[in-house]
Amino acid sequence: MSDHDKIYSSKLQDKVERSTVLMFVLTAIAVAIGGIVEIVPLFYLPNTAVIGGNGTYNGTAHKDSKGNVISMDKIVWNPVTSEHKTLEDWRPGDGVRPYKPLELAGRAVYIREGCYLCHSQMIRPFRDEKDRYGHYSIAEESMYDHTYQWGSKRTGPDLARVGAKYSDEWHRRHMKYPRDVVPESVMPNYYWLEKNKVNVAENIQTMKVMTMMPFNPVPKTIYTDAYINDAKAQLEDKTELDALIAYLQGLGNHIKFEEGVNYRD
Amino acid sequence: MEATKASPVKYDMEVVRWFTIAAAIYAVVGTLLGVWIAAELAWPFLNFDIPELTFGRLRPLHTNAVIFAFGGCVLMGTGFYMVQRTGATRLWSNGLAWFTFWGWNLIIVLAVITLPLGMTQGKEYAELAWPIDILIAVVWLSFGLNHIMTVAIRKTSHIYVSNWFTMAMIVMITYLHVVNSLAIPVSLTNSYSIYAGVQDAMIQWWWGHNAVGFFLTSGFLGIMYYFVPKQAGRPVYSYRLSVLHFWALTFGYVWLGAHHLQYTALPDWTGSLGAAVSLAMIIPSWGGAMNGMMTLSGAWDKLRTDYILRFLVVSLAFYAMSTFEGPVMSIKTVNALSHYTDWTIGHVHSGALGWVAMVSFGAMYHMVKKLWNTEMYSESLVNVHFWLSTIGTVVYIVSMWVSGIMQGLMWRDYDEYGTLTHTFVESVFEMHPYYAMRVIGGIIFHLGTWIALYNIVMTVRQARSARGVNAVPANA
Repeated sequence: MSDHDKIYSSKLQDKVERSTVLMFVLTAIAVAIGGIVEIVPLFYLPNTAVIGGNGTYNGTAHKDSKGNVISMDKIVWNPVTSEHKTLEDWRPGDGVRPYKPLELAGRAVYIREGCYLCHSQMIRPFRDEKDRYGHYSIAEESMYDHTYQWGSKRTGPDLARVGAKYSDEWHRRHMKYPRDVVPESVMPNYYWLEKNKVNVAENIQTMKVMTMMPFNPVPKTIYTDAYINDAKAQLEDKTELDALIAYLQGLGNHIKFEEGVNYRD
Repeated sequence: MEATKASPVKYDMEVVRWFTIAAAIYAVVGTLLGVWIAAELAWPFLNFDIPELTFGRLRPLHTNAVIFAFGGCVLMGTGFYMVQRTGATRLWSNGLAWFTFWGWNLIIVLAVITLPLGMTQGKEYAELAWPIDILIAVVWLSFGLNHIMTVAIRKTSHIYVSNWFTMAMIVMITYLHVVNSLAIPVSLTNSYSIYAGVQDAMIQWWWGHNAVGFFLTSGFLGIMYYFVPKQAGRPVYSYRLSVLHFWALTFGYVWLGAHHLQYTALPDWTGSLGAAVSLAMIIPSWGGAMNGMMTLSGAWDKLRTDYILRFLVVSLAFYAMSTFEGPVMSIKTVNALSHYTDWTIGHVHSGALGWVAMVSFGAMYHMVKKLWNTEMYSESLVNVHFWLSTIGTVVYIVSMWVSGIMQGLMWRDYDEYGTLTHTFVESVFEMHPYYAMRVIGGIIFHLGTWIALYNIVMTVRQARSARGVNAVPANA
């Protein structure tokens, strides 16, 4: 019996090893399953902050300690039901909202400079993280974050709720020369951000793109054509440092969290 | 056509030679960048207030250089080498292989230009701008098509195990790259992912962990299954174990990404599922590592004299260690401490330096001797390189273990009054000695890559001049 005909394993395995097509097809199926099982449900299960039809959120329902359902309008800002109808009128606690033009420009700088490589934006439900950073993060809070910014490393502190913790002036000084404010810091100096003007055209385009997203777009009722047009005026003559500070100051204070509510599953 | 059945098979090896040399160069560049950014964290003045040199912009360049420039050239070079030799056939298309080589290197050049300029999609290990992503897809498919078609035209009856692993990598990386990179452009260099928040995080880590699982593991296991038996002069220890290893890994590794998202806003089951499968992966991973090591049974004495074999065996030891450490870190209680800390960085490097880079160098040295039909310029330099790699890796990962666990413990520590003991910046301050120690480990490893490059270049020169000397009397 020649070596070529001998079967060393099962008949099926032997058959697969002799056939490029079989090997290719079976491998292509084997590697696909795990991803499908883990990813696809996140597009329709509750508490994953996917916007469904009619302003519903996947059937997501947060319940208070008595078991009463908390209206999603308290979690995600809805200009129709909220007493604050525009992004400019929005107040912290009104619920998660899309970014204002200058914040969106700042977020672009945040991504460009790779801030997410040293700063996370995802607070875990631990006592020490609550004391240090605040309430744990929930899915809705990053629902408008196309290219999420949760990060994976804390060389610096978490920034998920850094908004309004420090003054604009503190941020300005810290961003320009971090060690002037925090001597032990290892963050690079970013004083040169103050010399760069915000790229108005690109940020206007970014706003338009955000309304075109297939998943979790910014509603056109919020980013109206008029609003996008007016954004130009808000961005003119602003520096990248202004934008970055605006972005940071808007982080994490959107929802008014209530005691005794389980905001996660 | 020109080759009759009796004459030995002619292979298309010139492109493999170029991939090998390129890999040796990128090893130097990639680890130099790593040393540099490590030093920036220890001594921040090294950012020099030059935007293009800041940590945030160079870190993606470091990861891209080591994973895709170095790792990619090793994988494609060895992929083309193994598929020809195990199939006793030339490449399906030598011209397409050259397209792959130049295309891949063009991508690397574009990465070197765009990443320091801050052109990024902001997804770890998938930072490159969208036009480059399209180029990556084209070049990757050219490699995949050529590899699979060469498997199809093989002269042997069975497909060798190395090619299974390479094929799994080709398929999976294609899925990952396409799905994870879907974005809407706002300009030629900037775009935003079509996914947001929870979905984007899951898809990103499905990509992120499988760049590790398939690019850096499956592909390199293919290398292991070819080069360890070749260098040891022994057949693979257990064929059945390799079958088990392949299918279990191929099916299972895909599930692990979710363990990067423990305790995040993702539904809880996702992370738990990821961790459960991670723990199960210890079995095939260790089975594979044992399979590689036991291939040496009866040939252990060769380790005393064969420095190339040392690279391969120690890489398997690091592979076994990392594939144990990883599942442990995915367990929720451990992850609560280790996540967000330097422990993760240490874990990645025990895999990347200890396993991927060392198995690569073993394979590269082996190939250089075969490709240029010569002995190494200096065997003792191979040995020096081996020790620099091993010691550098150990210094690196030990410093990161200590700093990572320290960070985790400091962040969660409470004093007797029930308040946090340490401010965040205290943990930053305490990390300094370990960050400095990491730089030293990195430098040691980096020196080794220079020695490898020197040794390989001198070997090639020696082979060429030897051929030149022989050619002169023949012509006369």
